[in-house]
This record gives sequence, C-alpha cells and structure tokens, in this order.
Amino acid sequence: MSELNANFQGNYEGGFIDLSARKRIESLLDSGSMRELLTPFDRLTSPWLEKQGIVPQFDDGVVIARGKLDNKAVVVAAIEGGFQGGSLGEVGGAKIAGLLELAIEENRKGNPTAAVLMLETGGVRLQEANLGLAAIAEIQSAIVELRQYQPVIAVVTGPVGCFGGMSITAGLCSYLIITREGRLGLNGPQVIEQEAGVEEYDSRDRGLIWGLTGGTQRFASGLVDAFVDDDVSALSTSVRDCLAQGVPALHRSDDISAPLTRLQQFDTREQIDAQRARQALTEGKTA
Amino acid sequence: METLQFTRPAQAARIQPALVGYVGSGDLEVMVEPLQGSQAEIHIQTSTPGSEIRWRQVIEQIEARIALPAMRMDIHDFAATPGVIRLRIEQAIELASATEAQA
Repeated sequence: MSELNANFQGNYEGGFIDLSARKRIESLLDSGSMRELLTPFDRLTSPWLEKQGIVPQFDDGVVIARGKLDNKAVVVAAIEGGFQGGSLGEVGGAKIAGLLELAIEENRKGNPTAAVLMLETGGVRLQEANLGLAAIAEIQSAIVELRQYQPVIAVVTGPVGCFGGMSITAGLCSYLIITREGRLGLNGPQVIEQEAGVEEYDSRDRGLIWGLTGGTQRFASGLVDAFVDDDVSALSTSVRDCLAQGVPALHRSDDISAPLTRLQQFDTREQIDAQRARQALTEGKTA
Repeated sequence: METLQFTRPAQAARIQPALVGYVGSGDLEVMVEPLQGSQAEIHIQTSTPGSEIRWRQVIEQIEARIALPAMRMDIHDFAATPGVIRLRIEQAIELASATEAQA
C-alpha cells in the first residue's frame, strides 16, 4: 500500500513514546524502506469485539511491516497500546505470528531476516480469551525458532509496558531494550494485590510498583540488555547495535539454572523492595 | 456500540486512501477511500449510544465549510467529543485530497 506509506514519510525527532505504532516502525527503519503488510485498508478487524459491543480498529491494534535496518532485511511489528490496552486478540496475534513465520521462511531460503517487536501490551485480550492465548503461543514458538537464525529484538518504551503472556514473549527475545518509562512484568499490580494481599503488594504505591517493574530496575536486575532514553535516535541506535551483535551465544531464557537457584534461596518472609529484588536477581552473577 | 450510516451529496474528486487517528479513549479513527459517483458514504461505529443527532450535526458543520469529495468514509469512534470528531474528519479529508506526497 504505497499510498498509505507515502503519508507517513518524514523525519522524526524527539520522543518515541508519543508516536503511534505505525510511526514507531517508520521512525526506526531506513528511510523509505517500510512496507506495511495487511494494512488497515485490508479491513482485517477482530470478528469478536463487535459481537461484544466493542468498537474495533482496522488494524486490530497491530502494525506489521517489512523493511531495512542499516540495509539489512528485517520484519517489524508494533502494538498500539492505546487500543484496548494493547491487548492481543486472534487477528493481531496472528499478524505477529505470521510475520515471524515469514522471517523464518526467508532465513531458511538463505535470506537473513531479523525481527523487531515493539511491545506495548497488557497481554492477551480477555474478550478473545483462548484465541489470543493460542496466538501468543504461536508467537513464542516462532521467536524460539527465528532466534536461531537472526536476532529477535524486543522494545518496551511505555506508556503501557509489557505484561501477561507477552512479558514471557519479551523474555524469549534475543535482546530486550527498555526505557525508564517502560515496565515489564508477568502480572499487573492490581492482579498481584488481589492474589497476594495489600500488605504484600499495594497497587496504589506507585514508588513500589515502578521500583519493582520499571525499566531502571529491570535493567539493573539484568533482565533486559539495554536501557535507553525515550528518544527516537537513541532507540534506533540501540536496536541497530543489537542487530550488529548478531545471535547471542546463550539466550537469557536458556540460562535458567542460576536464576532459579537464586529465586529458591530467596527469603519471602520479609517485604520485598527494589533493592532486595535487585540483589536477589544479580547475586553471584558474572555477566 | 451503535452503527450509523449517512449518505451525503458530494463532488467527484481525485482522492487517495487515508487513515487518521486510532480507537483510543476520547479518540476515533477515520478511514477515507475513493468512491465512484457523487456521493459520500459515511459508515460509523461508535461506543456512544443515542448519538445520531450529534453525528448529523457534526457532518452538517463540516459540509458548510468544505465540499465533501465522493468517498467511502469509515469511522470507529471511542467516545470522542464533537470537537475531536470534526478535527479528525477534516484531517482525513485533507490528507486524502492532498496531492501525492513525495516518496
């Protein structure tokens, strides 16, 4: 859809967080190289939201594209955090899974193709339940296959952050980039409070929440690879650096025995805070 | 959710597909595509029930200011205010009517 892409040409300066999903991709790729797949004009909306009285979006909140990064072939997906909390349903999930499978095929044919995922998502779209979960499982198995060939780079900048099943997706990526405004966690604060009790985890305590799940903490705890400012050019440099590093010798998600031991030794009787969490996650770590 | 449809007289014009906005709180997405003939077909899905009169008024206000091109317009509205609606519709028509952007 060259007409569509033509409307998004331009130079971007400043913050990344305020950009729409489509513009985030455009701002990252080599100028003029973005080719969106399954554009909004294909009208591939969620078949489930309308049945439940919820207004759909033409791209189902997910933008997928092929393009070039430093003249290397990449596929990029970006989730629109503002639409239904960036939740992944059947269509949006299948778009990302299909895109990653396309990259796998290209690699098998001998055309190196890496992937970048911009994850602003609360996780599975509850209105689409199992279909969203199935899509997330497909995304995850595609990442595990693709990352053997080429890096799969995840970017979490905020404002939504990355939660639920999609936080596991982020953890499976070859590289994970975060900003101070980005958050990463399996369960959202209110879910944890509901399950563990307000004494354990007060979802209104913003300092505690950001201290534990915010970008600063995640970087300091070694759960992400790069910490960048909310700035288009800083982010773009960081993604390109990760791409240049190639496939990591050991993926974080394959390196589980040491973190598991540290977690098993953790004393949960005392209220956790950012400092103790950081210590527990990094103690005795060499890299 | 409510589905509304308006058909309005319009001028044959060369336009290109355009999309603005998104379906986020207080906002809407507006898609414009060319349509043969001299009508503007406006299809609306809105989260605000009972808003038909308001939509008609917004469209009439826009018509008083600019000539609608022949088009199919699709709107997904997530509780946008009339001001935001008008802004988005005018933005979409402007983008669709703009001479081909430089590649």
